[in-house]
Amino acid sequence: MSEGVKTAEEKAAEARRGPGARAGQRHGPMMGAGVPAEKSQNFVPSAKRLLGLLQPERTPLYAVLALAVASVGLSAIGPKILGRATDHIFAGVVGARFPVGTDKAQLVEALRARGEGKLADLVGGMPYLVPGQGIDFGAVGDVLLLVLGIYLVASLLSWAQGWLLTGAVNRTIFGLRRDVEDKLNRLPLQYFDGQPRGELLSRVTNDIDNVAQSLQQTLSQLLTSLLTVVAMIAMMLYISPLLALIALVTIPVSMAVTAAIGKRSQKHFVQQWKSTGELNSVVEESFTGHELVKVFGRQDEVRSSFRAKNDDLYAAGFGAQFVSGIIMPTMMFIGNLNYVVIAVVGGLRVASGSMTLGDVQAFIQYSRQFTQPLTQVASMANLLQSGVASAERVFEVLDATEQRPDAVGATVLDEPRGRVEFEDVSFSYDPANPLIEHLDLVVEPGQTVAIVGPTGAGKTTLVNLVMRFYELDAGRITLDGVDITALTRHNLRSEIGMVLQDTWLFGGTIRDNIAYGKPGSSEEEVLAAAKATYVDRFVHSLPDGYDTVLDAEGGNISAGEKQLLTIARAFLSDPALLILDEATSSVDTRTELLVQQAMSALRHDRTSFVIAHRLSTIRDADVILVMRDGQIVEQGSHAELLARDGAYAELYAAQFSGAAVDVDSGEAPAPELTPARG
Amino acid sequence: MLVRIVRDYLRPYQGLVTVLVGLQLVGTIASLYLPSLNGRIIDEGVAQGDTGFILRTGGWMLAVSLAQIAATVWATYLGARSAAGLGRDLRAQVFARVGDFSAQEVSRFGAPTLISRTTNDVTQVQQVVFMGAAMMVSAPIMMVGGVIMALREDVGLSWLLAVSVPLLALSVALVIRRMIPQFRTMQESVDWVNRVLREQITGIRVVRAFVREDHERARFAEANTQYTGTALAVGRLMAMVFPIVMLIFNASTVAVLWFGSHRVASGQMQIGEMTAFMSYLMQILMSVMMATFMSMMIPRATVSAGRIAEVLDTDSTVVPPADPLTIPRVGAGIELRDVTFAYPGADVPVLQGVSLRAEPGRTTAIIGSTGAGKSTLLSLVPRLYDVTGGQVLIGGVDVRDAALEDVWARIGLVPQKPYLFTGTVASNLRYGDADATDDELWEALRIAQAEDFVRAMPQGLDSPIVQGGTNVSGGQRQRLAIARALVAKPEIFLFDDSFSALDLSTDARLRSALKPVTRHAAVVVVAQRVSTIVDADHIVVLDDGLVVGAGTHDDLLVTCPTYVEIVESQQSAEAAA
Repeated sequence: MSEGVKTAEEKAAEARRGPGARAGQRHGPMMGAGVPAEKSQNFVPSAKRLLGLLQPERTPLYAVLALAVASVGLSAIGPKILGRATDHIFAGVVGARFPVGTDKAQLVEALRARGEGKLADLVGGMPYLVPGQGIDFGAVGDVLLLVLGIYLVASLLSWAQGWLLTGAVNRTIFGLRRDVEDKLNRLPLQYFDGQPRGELLSRVTNDIDNVAQSLQQTLSQLLTSLLTVVAMIAMMLYISPLLALIALVTIPVSMAVTAAIGKRSQKHFVQQWKSTGELNSVVEESFTGHELVKVFGRQDEVRSSFRAKNDDLYAAGFGAQFVSGIIMPTMMFIGNLNYVVIAVVGGLRVASGSMTLGDVQAFIQYSRQFTQPLTQVASMANLLQSGVASAERVFEVLDATEQRPDAVGATVLDEPRGRVEFEDVSFSYDPANPLIEHLDLVVEPGQTVAIVGPTGAGKTTLVNLVMRFYELDAGRITLDGVDITALTRHNLRSEIGMVLQDTWLFGGTIRDNIAYGKPGSSEEEVLAAAKATYVDRFVHSLPDGYDTVLDAEGGNISAGEKQLLTIARAFLSDPALLILDEATSSVDTRTELLVQQAMSALRHDRTSFVIAHRLSTIRDADVILVMRDGQIVEQGSHAELLARDGAYAELYAAQFSGAAVDVDSGEAPAPELTPARG
Repeated sequence: MLVRIVRDYLRPYQGLVTVLVGLQLVGTIASLYLPSLNGRIIDEGVAQGDTGFILRTGGWMLAVSLAQIAATVWATYLGARSAAGLGRDLRAQVFARVGDFSAQEVSRFGAPTLISRTTNDVTQVQQVVFMGAAMMVSAPIMMVGGVIMALREDVGLSWLLAVSVPLLALSVALVIRRMIPQFRTMQESVDWVNRVLREQITGIRVVRAFVREDHERARFAEANTQYTGTALAVGRLMAMVFPIVMLIFNASTVAVLWFGSHRVASGQMQIGEMTAFMSYLMQILMSVMMATFMSMMIPRATVSAGRIAEVLDTDSTVVPPADPLTIPRVGAGIELRDVTFAYPGADVPVLQGVSLRAEPGRTTAIIGSTGAGKSTLLSLVPRLYDVTGGQVLIGGVDVRDAALEDVWARIGLVPQKPYLFTGTVASNLRYGDADATDDELWEALRIAQAEDFVRAMPQGLDSPIVQGGTNVSGGQRQRLAIARALVAKPEIFLFDDSFSALDLSTDARLRSALKPVTRHAAVVVVAQRVSTIVDADHIVVLDDGLVVGAGTHDDLLVTCPTYVEIVESQQSAEAAA
């Protein structure tokens, strides 16, 4: 949660928001109000860029527009034509009361003469009335068939529109995801170090999901809603400008009411969001630190802070649900007021013959249909805001500076001998804090170089530079005399096998995780690597053996076993150069001894860089580098360095005496706070 | 499950719910009454040219509208209150339940799922209760009321209801039924896409080190393609819903006019009644549609309710004694007598017949390979788990016979994964003792070799610690966890491999600083490094859950081959001698 990554539940809830929101099209804004709108930094340019993404889909999108116009237009004229059927029926009902033979004008005059002025007005206003004739079913049937046809076509068009739109949006999002993933591969490692992983993850997952959702919903609903509002107003004006004016008064009223309620509910929703977050972290902490809470006897404190947050959430949740819950009834009320006024005024006008009953009926239908999309548009604004804000965060990733491209016409190094040379190398993660300065180092082919020193000394950095994970500030590093920047990264890294401090396994079987080291490796090769690195031993104790599926974080095997797996992976890749960064720190020492044997076989004839805490594991290295503050302070073999009685000897003594030793480890706290340093 | 939970937890709000149903009834009747009044405006006002009647009835309609909104808003208020109240009570109940769990239940469920059961699942149930109060209660009322009103207007047209209502419900339900499995697939594909991205971001170094960018790209493309395919399928199904609903609504209107006109012609119905009937039909269809959409939430909420019930129905395996004995105040050492422990469902016990004593004022070390059962052994002392055989005693009292608080008050635990809580350095240290002074905190930090880096932090003791303590390094976290235990000044210290993230010189200094303050305490240290425990008073060697050796370092070098192996794996023969 702290990473802002949504749980499957939350996402499922979002996925399900779809059809509900569809329903909302007719029932007011119940959805979309739940997410507090995040404000975007530059709404207009970002929105434009977001629309620009839809550029390749412009043909289907034009079709969508045309279909929407046609479908809404047809739906809009439906009630008007249907009104004619009502008029026919009404005419038949009224007309049947009069004798046959007279025509309408005569009848009106006769009625007026009899002093029935009101009835005369009514009759005068009925276009289809023929005195003495009942309902003309032929005419009614024709009208109804026509309307049925119109509705059928409108529905079909609307379906086609939805069909095309969903395709266009999903293809666009597919492209966006692909571009972002592509981009990740071209970003320098600094970019990943420079921000919490959760933050980046949230951008490439949640934010893209949100963009997709907003695009899909706003494009389909905003378009139809706007068109519907326009069409309804047009039809109302056409039928009766007076009634239309009355109905239109409700636009500002309902807008104002929705805005007022929306603003209040927004406040509650933000509060609810906040309280949920706070409650979640209380829950998360007390469950994750369950045993500590118990053993330190802090249950009462935890319980009371939970109660406080739970009460907060109750108040906020209640407020949010209530305030957002009354939007619908309120809109319904405004709609009803409208209905009443139209029914009365319309009734009076029919009675006075200045309007037909069918038109009043059509009008009532229009006025009922246009308040809904209106509130829909209002709630879309929030969704749009949050979608654009998310898009902006995704664009930031897409716009990040990429790593320097590989050299053009790069040298190709095939099976290098493995001579590595650092020439006056300087490097820092942050120019204000120089780390490695003017470092020179020569490693001959086949040598094993061990690097020791306190945390933050720059051990991991040194080997990362060999991998070209970072670009140097000055100097150069060569492999077999070739500047590594003259090689492609692919070429360079293919020649180097690396086992990292932080073990990383992906969700998949143990076999797949080992095979990751070498594309297209055979079963035999995988098994051989597993046997050589003692993976085979523990795999046999797992229920599914090599087919055991590791969960995302590799939680079902121990830290030591994870390290063995990553060693097997490097073993399989059979590189010219080997880098082992604290490769066995989590393996127990007896297993480590076994792995060491396998490793020395692996190191044989290969240039190797080994970083280790346990000095016992590197005694037989050809060269031991003692690093401190980015500098190599001592260099030599185990025996030489012990004889020198300097920093190495001190470290060694500390490790093996077991007694208190007054060694200044030179450990600086600040560097530990930044990632990726050894 | 859903029914049971909703019934049980809605009980305190029974009064509110009863009023709510009453209000929904009023609101629904009111909104059904409006078309009827409109019908009368047409038949008795318009057709007769009676303007006075039109105005009077209009006034009535206004009054009915007011009654309708008053009832609905009040009902919404009550619904929100009951739902939020139910959510609060349910959350509190689940939270309290988990609070009573032992480590065994927590690890059986796993902390993440317990968290989402307490929060997300409860929210699901709460949501469905609110929606239910708002719509699912009114839908059947609307249905029944609408049918009654429609029948009142004209029995002869009512067969239209019998056609269009099931038609709508059926077609919407059919589309939704096809959509639900798609949603599941879609959720899986979203998870897949996100998992691949997560792995790429967290494993970026490995991906680059092994030059597997192309492989990752292909993996992602596969996930992305599947996701897009499912999203398309869902989107296309969704695109059908609205047109279908629209068509059924509109066709029903047309049908009412056609069949109604015949009844009007034969004098069985008035034209205003026909209009009213049309309105009822619309209202009924609308409520049916709402109910159908809302019912989509039920399966999800049912799953959530099941997950909640599972927590509520689980009892802690660690049961506090009814009549606790008191552990003697001074000199409480630990003794394990023939202890056996197996995780539930496991064939092989983790510990078998383990006996050992940890006396006050002495340091007892436990060493062995990973998986030898060292951490499990430690967790038996504070009753995070209960033994499956034998006894664990503190001060001669079986831990199962003492009050849990009494046991915990004696123990300072430094777990293998040093977890820190959100707050400051000081608030974390005061976890051990809420009343500790700043001086006491600094003293603990000094001993734990954490003084330097805490002093170097800009805000010192008040420096913020984020959840889990991820803003300090692993080594720093370990030292803060040690300081936290020191602040508590317990009689028993349990260090579970607590020095592993420290470099060796820090480790050495920490141990020598610890000695004076733990002079009267029983100290139990689990370790992998021989150097950490070489000067312990008593060393116990565990291998595969069995004690294979016990004694001092020098004794063990003679008597215990496993120990010798461990030592040799860590240092050269001459250094060990």
